Amino acid sequence: MKFKSLMHKVIGSLALLPLIPSLAHAFQAAPAARADYNGWTPHEHWDEVWHETMVDITVIGVLFTLITFAFMIIYRRKGHGERGKLPKLSPQAKLGWVVLPCMLFLGDDLFLYVKGFDLHNHMRNVPTDAAEVKLTGSMWNWNYVDANGIDTDNELVVPVGKPVVLRMQSDDVLHSHYMNRYRLTEDLMPGRVTWEWFMPDQLGESVVTCREYCGTMHSGMYGTINVVTQEEYDAYVAEQTASIPTEATVASAAKF
Amino acid sequence: MSGFMGHEPDGRPGQPKTVKEWVFTLDHKVIGVWYLIGAIASFIVAGLAASAMRLELGSVGPDITDNGDIYNLWLTMHGAVMILGFQIPALLGFVANWAVPIMVGGKDMAFPRVNAMSVWLLWSGIIMALMNLVIPDSYNGMWTGYPPYSLTDAVGNTALYSFIVIILGMSSVFGAVNLACTVAFMRCKGMGWFQMPLTVWCVFTANVIQLIFVPVLAASVLLLSLDKYLGFGFYNPEVGGDVLLYQNLFWFYSHPAVYVILLPFMGIMFEIFAVSARNDVFNYKATVWSVIAFIPVSSDVWVHHAYVAGLPDWLRLLQTFTTLLISLPFGLLMLSLTGTLFRGTIRYTGPMYWAIGAFMMLIIGALTGIPNALSAIDYGISDSYVIMSHFHYVMAVSGGMAIFAGVFFWFPKLTGRLCSAAMTKLTAVGFFIGMNIVMGPLYFAGIEGMPRRYMDYAMFENNATIVDAQHWSTIGLYITFVSALLMIVTWLHGAIAGEKSSANPWGAESLEFTATAVIPGQGNFPTPVIVPEGWHPYNFIDNPKPQFEPHPGTSGHH
Repeated sequence: MKFKSLMHKVIGSLALLPLIPSLAHAFQAAPAARADYNGWTPHEHWDEVWHETMVDITVIGVLFTLITFAFMIIYRRKGHGERGKLPKLSPQAKLGWVVLPCMLFLGDDLFLYVKGFDLHNHMRNVPTDAAEVKLTGSMWNWNYVDANGIDTDNELVVPVGKPVVLRMQSDDVLHSHYMNRYRLTEDLMPGRVTWEWFMPDQLGESVVTCREYCGTMHSGMYGTINVVTQEEYDAYVAEQTASIPTEATVASAAKF
Repeated sequence: MSGFMGHEPDGRPGQPKTVKEWVFTLDHKVIGVWYLIGAIASFIVAGLAASAMRLELGSVGPDITDNGDIYNLWLTMHGAVMILGFQIPALLGFVANWAVPIMVGGKDMAFPRVNAMSVWLLWSGIIMALMNLVIPDSYNGMWTGYPPYSLTDAVGNTALYSFIVIILGMSSVFGAVNLACTVAFMRCKGMGWFQMPLTVWCVFTANVIQLIFVPVLAASVLLLSLDKYLGFGFYNPEVGGDVLLYQNLFWFYSHPAVYVILLPFMGIMFEIFAVSARNDVFNYKATVWSVIAFIPVSSDVWVHHAYVAGLPDWLRLLQTFTTLLISLPFGLLMLSLTGTLFRGTIRYTGPMYWAIGAFMMLIIGALTGIPNALSAIDYGISDSYVIMSHFHYVMAVSGGMAIFAGVFFWFPKLTGRLCSAAMTKLTAVGFFIGMNIVMGPLYFAGIEGMPRRYMDYAMFENNATIVDAQHWSTIGLYITFVSALLMIVTWLHGAIAGEKSSANPWGAESLEFTATAVIPGQGNFPTPVIVPEGWHPYNFIDNPKPQFEPHPGTSGHH
């Protein structure tokens, strides 16, 4: 009897095994998250975690579906009077069939949670050298004002390789600024300032859309992020700031 | 109408015949049928709205309308009517009212008059929702009704929205009290808590969730109208309010509401799986506790609807974890469903086709929910077609198929007739294939960045994945549409001219099949039913037969 109950305890504690790889991963991954990401951009990181998550759920889904299909084929009814013969579970087995699967699910949850935690830290810690851009959303327009005072609608021009942080607020209703290439969404609302940062690492244009329903022209509220070389950007700044009215011209215009 | 419910089993007072009897009925079965008719009508209206949107999205540029307001009206009607008019009334109305009292061996609901009030509150809600299509200032703020947009004039009639939600909420709360009392106090002699069918457990738990959370929803939409019309400032930052308050209140109800829908439709799947496989539900007691575990687990996950809404980071990370914990009770339920097939003897009836379709789609729907639970992943896919595809797989495809499985399953008890088996299976396969072509490609469009609630995608016209996905999805609509239409035709044909059914066509063990006439009469059972010691709804091997108390009129004469 004693041997049997001891065996139950041993077998029961085996259920904790799936936790070990997750915890090990947690301890291994977490400190790395706080260190430098060595040029690894948040959106590349996002793509990798997305890929791992997809593999994870595909494996579970295919296994589960195959088992179910096998059951559906093997256990189809052959004779008219047949009855199902599900084995009676012992109390230990009943508990085991709760604890063991739960540990497996929890193991996978923790595994994914750690990945998500690391990525969250990456996406939500703004580099100290980030250039600040003020973004105001309104029905149905994105207005960007960058550190040089350049004021544009629905297009933001940024130099390649320099992180950018957007400080965002809405003039009217909720909007949500989504940058397709940078895998990044954050809401804009009146009364609160929200922010998101991204690393423009590739030249070219990418799409911005609104992701919070904002009325009739919700689907017309889109723009572009245009990433240019440093030289092109300097030329752009020079050209744009030349056309920004100086204080003297503003003052003289105000007289009329 | 006589072909529909005209039987008079056991020579007892029969079904209502005149319109007056139908409307003023207190019989839970007739009220259940009223719920079902309302749900199907809502399904048709919301389905037509979905079809219109799908046609509009078939290609880049305007297809059938270029008016954003009209598109947004369809969008609002589709979401609100599908959830509040179709899914909740079909599950917590039809299944809860028609099936649950008989399943627990009761003669009616605990409070028949309150029950009648619930169904007519629902119908007034549905009629008011339909009015939204014709009034000049139609409400177009989506079923979520987020302020500040819902406080502007552009949104239309916010008061109508608040009022409909409160009316339906009252209907739900009355229904929930009634159902909880029915399950607690109307069980027949001999039936213990752990002898109840899983459908009863699921509906009961869903109603407990309703009782806890619906008042919060009612409050949140009431404050909307106070803000808009009386100038209160709960959600207005200019006078010290906060727009995020609404999102917290709204999702505090509306995430648990997902389980209000999920649990009952999984209950239907359990019923049909067990009956078709003639097998015990795998680990029955653990399954019951998993169902109950949804109450606490669902109450602390609402922030995952607002990961990108500017809430503090620690809150996002905390609720990422609590959200992932849903996989524990949910995984156990899925395990029980598969385990129910283990060493079973599966007969592939029409309802089983629908239930298997629901099960397969639930695997996809549930697993595609896991990435969304991670706050960091959500930054890339929030409010995109990834989310839309995920919850349509759970609610629309799986939920819809399970609800229709339930309708086909209980259809012989409603009408005394069977639907054509071939047509039941054909429409199940058609619906399954069609909905997969509608929703599958959209998942990949979502990964490419396609946002929800867009009537056009000119900004993505060079993205072949998105354009092709939209195109294929619209092709899938035709298959789904024809299948759904054929399904309704199958019901009508079955009700009028179907083959006569026996009292227990599927070989079930639960009381609505074993202890009632072909169509249960008033009071459900000829005399009060008693379940003997050791009776269990999923014991298909040596289950003792339910007994009846002797008829009070006969004992004195013999």
